[in-house]
Amino acid sequence: MSSMNTVGRPTAPAQTNDYIHPTLTGGRGLLQDEALIFELDGWGKTGVDIPDADRPADDLAGLLRTDPIGLPGLSEPEAVRHYVRLSQKNHAIDLALYPLGSCTMKHNPRLNEKMARLDGFADIHPLQPVSTVQGALALIDRLAHWLKTLTGMPAVAMTPKAGAHGELCGLLTIRAAHEANGQGHRKTVLVPTSAHGTNPATAAFVGYSVVEIAQTEDGRVSLADLEAKLGDHVAAIMVTNPNTCGLFERDIVEIARLTHAAGAYFYCDGANFNAIVGRVRPGDLGVDAMHINLHKTFSTPHGGGGPGAGPVVLSAALAPFAPAPWVVHHAGGFQLAEGPAGEAASAFGRMSAFHGQMGMFVRAYAYMRSHGADGLRQVAEDAVLNANYIKARLGDVMSPAFPDGPCMHEALFDDHWLEGTGVTTLDFAKAMIDEGFHPMTMYFPLVVHGAMLIEPTETESKQELDRFIGALRALAAAAKAGEVDRFKGAPFHAPMRRLDETLAARKPKLRWKPEANPPLAAQ
Amino acid sequence: MRYLPLTPDDRVQMLGDIGVDSIDALFVDVPASARREGLVDLPHFAGELEVERELAALAATNVAAGSVPFFCGAGAYRHHVPASVDHLIQRSEFLTSYTPYQPEIAQGTLQVLFEFQTQVAALMGMEVANASLYDGSTACAEAVMMTKRVTRRNRAVLSGGVHPHYVRTTQTLAHAEGMEVVALAAAVDAEDAVIAAIDAGTACVVVQTPNVFGTATDVTKIAEAAHAAGALLIVVTTEAVSYGLLKSPGEMGADIAVAEGQSIGNALNFGGPYVGLFACREKLIRQAPGRLCGETVDADGRRGFVLTLSTREQHIRRDKATSNICTNSGLCALAFSIHMSLLGEVGLRKLAALNHQQARALKTALEGVKGVEVLTPRFFNEFAVKLAKPAAQVVEALAAKGVLGGVPYSRLDPGAGLDDILLVAATETVTAEDIAAFKTALTEVMA
Repeated sequence: MSSMNTVGRPTAPAQTNDYIHPTLTGGRGLLQDEALIFELDGWGKTGVDIPDADRPADDLAGLLRTDPIGLPGLSEPEAVRHYVRLSQKNHAIDLALYPLGSCTMKHNPRLNEKMARLDGFADIHPLQPVSTVQGALALIDRLAHWLKTLTGMPAVAMTPKAGAHGELCGLLTIRAAHEANGQGHRKTVLVPTSAHGTNPATAAFVGYSVVEIAQTEDGRVSLADLEAKLGDHVAAIMVTNPNTCGLFERDIVEIARLTHAAGAYFYCDGANFNAIVGRVRPGDLGVDAMHINLHKTFSTPHGGGGPGAGPVVLSAALAPFAPAPWVVHHAGGFQLAEGPAGEAASAFGRMSAFHGQMGMFVRAYAYMRSHGADGLRQVAEDAVLNANYIKARLGDVMSPAFPDGPCMHEALFDDHWLEGTGVTTLDFAKAMIDEGFHPMTMYFPLVVHGAMLIEPTETESKQELDRFIGALRALAAAAKAGEVDRFKGAPFHAPMRRLDETLAARKPKLRWKPEANPPLAAQ
Repeated sequence: MRYLPLTPDDRVQMLGDIGVDSIDALFVDVPASARREGLVDLPHFAGELEVERELAALAATNVAAGSVPFFCGAGAYRHHVPASVDHLIQRSEFLTSYTPYQPEIAQGTLQVLFEFQTQVAALMGMEVANASLYDGSTACAEAVMMTKRVTRRNRAVLSGGVHPHYVRTTQTLAHAEGMEVVALAAAVDAEDAVIAAIDAGTACVVVQTPNVFGTATDVTKIAEAAHAAGALLIVVTTEAVSYGLLKSPGEMGADIAVAEGQSIGNALNFGGPYVGLFACREKLIRQAPGRLCGETVDADGRRGFVLTLSTREQHIRRDKATSNICTNSGLCALAFSIHMSLLGEVGLRKLAALNHQQARALKTALEGVKGVEVLTPRFFNEFAVKLAKPAAQVVEALAAKGVLGGVPYSRLDPGAGLDDILLVAATETVTAEDIAAFKTALTEVMA
């Protein structure tokens, strides 16, 4: 029996068989198969109305560009459609839990976006007279005050543009301090095996050689190994705390004491500060320098890979060597110490052209002010609570890498529990995509076999956590029940199936070329 | 608190499921000496209205560029950005996604990066480009360090026309890698002077066009001299709109081209975040820094995109990586790419021509002011003037009259003895009334 309205339109679905037709165009419902901008026939077109110049640039003879540039243009409706269609092929925090361990994918408040776009912040030039940007300098100064207070550190270098840039800033500060103190012969940096890749890369960048520190069976830095490797040749240690296994370094105070006794500095990778903000101050642990990823702990959006911001808090011993420029407060108001001479004469140099990531500073400050001292402490507590809840609710079906004791803001599992199923960590992650979740960080840290590092953050509701846990429990049951096909071919329901990374690397095709890509109409 | 979804009941229930009786039990690994019982000494949480009030008050004390006649450049330029650009970059799926490590659910970001790389390579006239670096200055430093890996030589020569902050950033970072960075004395029109400084140990020569004084130069001869000595040529540009009018770095023989991309798609933002553009010859790509997006196919044979050649990068190669960069300027690159897609070649050429025309009009106006001498022989949208008074004082006096009248060169390079040089820029945002107001104010200040 079928229902119809008075003009013959069916008002209930008809009975059909289960046959799934591949579509005729490649489109799938709301998902469009979108061509590249170079294939949209936009040669000779523009989406911006600009008046013609009144006269030719006859003063630039011999310098003018006469060759075709090769840039298509799109009218505004075409451009909007192109980018909206592309956007729909991305996972995002705004869609679902995004449990990338070590990345702190938390909600990005929209108030922060609104504030960063105020003309008084977005439409000011970095080299305007300082008398015309007092509010901007005041904002940097207030943000610096919050960062120093939350970390218990006396100084902060604001200019680094991301975490790795902050690490570089920290190590260059340390190197400058050593050189100023006649300790320039120290050329070794000790880094735990579990460290982020940026740590050894940064140390090498600064001209230091990297020596790894072993890890104990409970996932912490081995004090015995640290002690054996410290010496007059060591410039610094780089330790992440909480570490990349999601664990607090219980012996952190002793680590700092041993490091200082050996004449070295303690650089802390602050990527995981979200776990302890408002509850533990790194300054109380003996840290000399630590970068803070404003795009992690303080919620500035990740934007598909940046921009970030990586201010570095510094101890009193290191502060004088911080890079220029920095904000100073004189009787007449704020000034910028820009160097190389003057108040910034002791700076080791400059990290980039201007004063750091102002747009990120405004967002981070709006976030901090919104939460306040009490809210930020609750942030750390809820982040840790959520991670431990996941660990507890999945601990019986997956294998926690460190089952004893609590974790901090992220829960680490190994692939022990997948043994004999024929399913790998990669397969499991890809099957999560089919269930609507972004995979966790996989195969990192390197110290755990088949690592799965889950960081839920504090901005997930219990309901969303339960939905995630339910999905992972169902997948774990399917893996153990031998449903290998569900995993090996996954994802089946994403905008794309698994991509051939080997092909991409063997024959790198890094740009569109007209000869290799004829217009779609010709295909 | 509006950003925290857990209720007190949720927390109690979850602690029970974990099997502990309090949140403190989850922080037991923190040494007792470092556990803080009370709150840090900062204000408590605040509602949206309260936060908006504080920030709006701060913002209101700054002089926004759009509110006055405005002529500042020197590495950051005020251009009009179409409204759709800012709307599109705030799409949740672009704004709140991570680096595209899971390509099956990140094709939006990846296809944008592939398009961005193609646009940047075309603009610079180069073979390949990467997926962005932090900004122009760090891109310059990364390029210099890359030439050490390629040539196994240790010396970099920077012309006296390179932006002093780029020089200082490059000295800081390349020196850290053990390179000798030779910066020639500042000069308005002296890019060719680098030729005499090239020797057998030179890894690269760095020139800027238009340079920090605005001078546009055909650097073909410098490329020939560098190549004859086995060195690489790096061409720096701080004003990306100039690619629409002037010969590209690739056409002039650059091996690596770097630029500040802020001009296209991105606001002034008091200096950041910006977007570093980086392109090079294809044969050098395996020594390049930063992320690269490449084309491939999926299991069904459909075209798709992935991050590729990642064996250069820190998360794989660790201390052997070509750079330590991880997070770059993804969203700023997206803004650049959208604005570029709207402009197209037609729009970019018109925009560049209009900028040049405005700067010529400004030159004509300022030439008539007593105590002002235009120094830059050939320029795009910015030039240097010599003043009969210290430029820093003049700029302050102009600001007091409600005109943001350029950047004193001494602000960039206080020790160069060029205190009488003022850098002025005019983009399409400048009106005839703005130029007239600038001329009037400058005439008063110079009197």
